[in-house]
Amino acid sequence: MAETKVVRRKFCAGLRIIVATLVATVFFLLFSGSPGRAADQPGAECLACHGDKTMSTTRAGKTVSLYVDGKKFATSVHGSFGCTGCHADLEGKDLPHETPARVKCGTCHATEQEQHARSLHGKAVARGDALAPRCVSCHGNHDISPVKDPRSAVAPMKVPFVCGQCHREGTPVSRNRPIPQDNILENYSESIHGEALLKKGLSVAPTCATCHTPHLILPHTDPASSIARRNIAATCTKCHSQIETVHRKVIRGELWEKQANVLPACPDCHQPHKIRNVFYAQGMADADCMRCHADEKLRRARDGKSMYVNGTEVNHSRHSEEPGRLRNVACSQCHSEVNASRVRPCETIIHAVDCTACHDEIGKQYVTSIHGQLNGKNDPNAPTCKECHGTHGILGKQDPLSSTFATNVPALCARCHREGQKAAVRYTGLQHEIIGNYTESIHGTLLKNGLTVTATCTSCHTAHQILPRTDPASSVNANNVPTTCGRCHHGIEAQFENSIHAKRVSGFSKPLPVCNDCHTAHAIHRTDENSFRLNVMTTCGRCHEQIAETYFDTYHGKVSKLGYTKAAKCYDCHGAHDVLAVADPRSHLSRANVAATCGKCHAGATRRFAGYLTHATHHDPKKYPFLFYTFWGMTMLLLVTFVVGGMHTLLWLPRAFQMRRELRAAEAEHAATETPASKESPDA
Amino acid sequence: MPKGEVAERQFIRFSRLQRILHICMIVSFMSLALTGLTLKFSYTKWAAVLSHLLGGFENAGYIHRSAAVVMFGVFITHLVDLYRLKKREHGTWRALLLGPGSMMPNRRDLAELVGTLKWFVGLGERPAYGRWTYWEKFDYFAVFWGIAIIGSTGLTLWFPVFFTRFIPGSFLNVATIIHSDEALLATGFIFTVHFFNTHLRPEKFPMDITVFTGRMELEELKRDKPREYEALVASGELEGKMEEAYPAIVTRTIRAFAWGALAVGFSIVLWIIYAMLFAYR
Repeated sequence: MAETKVVRRKFCAGLRIIVATLVATVFFLLFSGSPGRAADQPGAECLACHGDKTMSTTRAGKTVSLYVDGKKFATSVHGSFGCTGCHADLEGKDLPHETPARVKCGTCHATEQEQHARSLHGKAVARGDALAPRCVSCHGNHDISPVKDPRSAVAPMKVPFVCGQCHREGTPVSRNRPIPQDNILENYSESIHGEALLKKGLSVAPTCATCHTPHLILPHTDPASSIARRNIAATCTKCHSQIETVHRKVIRGELWEKQANVLPACPDCHQPHKIRNVFYAQGMADADCMRCHADEKLRRARDGKSMYVNGTEVNHSRHSEEPGRLRNVACSQCHSEVNASRVRPCETIIHAVDCTACHDEIGKQYVTSIHGQLNGKNDPNAPTCKECHGTHGILGKQDPLSSTFATNVPALCARCHREGQKAAVRYTGLQHEIIGNYTESIHGTLLKNGLTVTATCTSCHTAHQILPRTDPASSVNANNVPTTCGRCHHGIEAQFENSIHAKRVSGFSKPLPVCNDCHTAHAIHRTDENSFRLNVMTTCGRCHEQIAETYFDTYHGKVSKLGYTKAAKCYDCHGAHDVLAVADPRSHLSRANVAATCGKCHAGATRRFAGYLTHATHHDPKKYPFLFYTFWGMTMLLLVTFVVGGMHTLLWLPRAFQMRRELRAAEAEHAATETPASKESPDA
Repeated sequence: MPKGEVAERQFIRFSRLQRILHICMIVSFMSLALTGLTLKFSYTKWAAVLSHLLGGFENAGYIHRSAAVVMFGVFITHLVDLYRLKKREHGTWRALLLGPGSMMPNRRDLAELVGTLKWFVGLGERPAYGRWTYWEKFDYFAVFWGIAIIGSTGLTLWFPVFFTRFIPGSFLNVATIIHSDEALLATGFIFTVHFFNTHLRPEKFPMDITVFTGRMELEELKRDKPREYEALVASGELEGKMEEAYPAIVTRTIRAFAWGALAVGFSIVLWIIYAMLFAYR
């Protein structure tokens, strides 16, 4: 039984081998190129001659092979078109045919052909430059594969070498044609792009064609070039789409493209072909700078200015890489005119550091500010970024050590704006002692107490858009003051905007008071402080002359004049920010509200009590006749009484003196007769 | 009687209560005047300084009202005293008012006024005055008038919420004018005419302090109030109205006080003149 099984298994194995051999034979016969089928293949006729590897001809004294690898051609993208698909002029020609015309790839590849014609290469071809590349120079001829095919001559991995055929050191092109870059292929292969492509096999890494385009290759001086200054950012950002987060200037406005003429373009920092992930590693690293600039004695030859850079300061600055800080900003990112190809990369620096390269928005604001305007006129007193922010040790405004930290701002501005300093001496307005006044103001006091959210100079004047108040755009222009103050005093602003002092409400054309007209600009005091309460009458009186004067004729005004702070002041009755015309039903002094307003101080005040005339004067017979006549009645009474009494006394005087003389005489007579024993004071 | 010599016994012109009331009135009047005028002339620098010296305006207000209470007290006490006098000596109000020692102005006062004016211009002898001369009576009733006018308006201004239940609010303005101008009249009159007529007449120089001591020398009584002297002699009541003089230390103290009051009064007058003439608004 077991033996029978073994025999059957051997038989089955033999049968399978036979069947497999038969099937293989049939397939071989079907698919191996049999001579009978070769005549049907495209180009088979041509290959009858050109399939001979020895076939050659002589052109310009050189032996040129005319061999065409039929297999390669057959598997190429053009294999199905046959020879005459491209060499159309040979169609139907008798053999041996003449030298065919140059193949016109543009017949099918019109776009590419057109681009090539416009390109540097195409123009060189048109010029008859022998070194000029044509389609075949890069793509080959009979063995063209699709770009995605790794075998293609222009597959990404091969592109550098295709281009390198001409653009590597020592080639006729590199030697004889004006190409500003050198060591292109070497540099590329060492760059982060080349490394990715060639060493790490990252086929999406940019090749030459990625930046220069495959066909429309133009010099960077041509505005249409993909590497022209104007276009380079667009070219780079095809891949580096998020690069704006690093180069913040581009966040808004895409300035790289719009203002490419004034801004550094990508290759200014990331040199073409040499691009590294840290571009300044080559000669511009901070360490290299510090080799010289760490020397405390380093001075500029021109003017002896110290060129010492405090490394610790830089490392603690906002531009350093410490945790919580923004990011690492290298020397050459600010001092951007460095040139890595020099022994001293910094020797090409001509201009001062331009912070707006990154701080674009702020730069725009600064230019419009009075500081920026003056700076634009080359005013030596005009502060630039560094005057306020410092240089290498720059810190964020949240850092208590920063000169722009809230508590340090007044001292910062005081450097120029303190009385006697350079800004203060040029100032012709009415605000004086601003620093001193601010320090003693409520804002200054709060700041001294460490309340960093209180108003400092920049809260009202802004940090970078500082303008004189006469400028309509100024944050402290009368029209903008309520909004400026309202940024913190929000509810108050709303009240004010609905008060009679708001233009919108009163419709007055003449200037109306805004916050600082009553509260002052810098010497702002708490309104419950005596100084404010006692000064407010004259403050209101600056405009409301008559009504303020008559206020002082009545009780509230008189006691206020004596320094009594509790007596009602203007705003106690009229309201402060919500002051309205008395006739307005919403006014604190309207018929409906007046009793309650008086009642704030005079508990139980009635409507009749409110009839007290708080601005009455006895000098106005038309407005207040009864006061006027009462006053004059009383005055007449006074006059009559004094005149009568005075006359009586004056008439009396001579007689009184006469009586005195007589008494003295009698005394003297008495004294002569007896010695007086004075018990009373001897002053007689 | 020669000057500088004091008679052992002196005529009693004012009772102890009257003297106390006069002193109280001086203190109260001075306080009222000082504190009130600071308010009236609040626009002068003086007022601010004084207000400060008085402990601030609020304090000045307390002083003013306290002094007013004292003044009312003086006034009421005097009325009560009058009532007791009527009961003790006269029996009826009519007798009190029309009696010889009455303060009530009468026909004789008019005659004495005319006589005095004639004497002033040298057309006659000095009239023989009785216990109260016409100018003394004027001063006396001026106080009544003042208390009524200044007191009533003062109370209105003190309790405006209460009084405006009955009067319009603008009457407070009127009351202010009346209160302040009447006070000015009182102050000005007391510190000039009254001072001169009663205390500082040249023949009495340096000062008549009868109202403080209550006593006057008999000689002076004979000279100044001959009619009263004669009446007292005739009725034989003179001896009963004589008492021992105060010791020198008492009169000296009184004089010091009186001079102080006088100085304050004159200062106030100067201040009023300055405020009215040079700083008025």
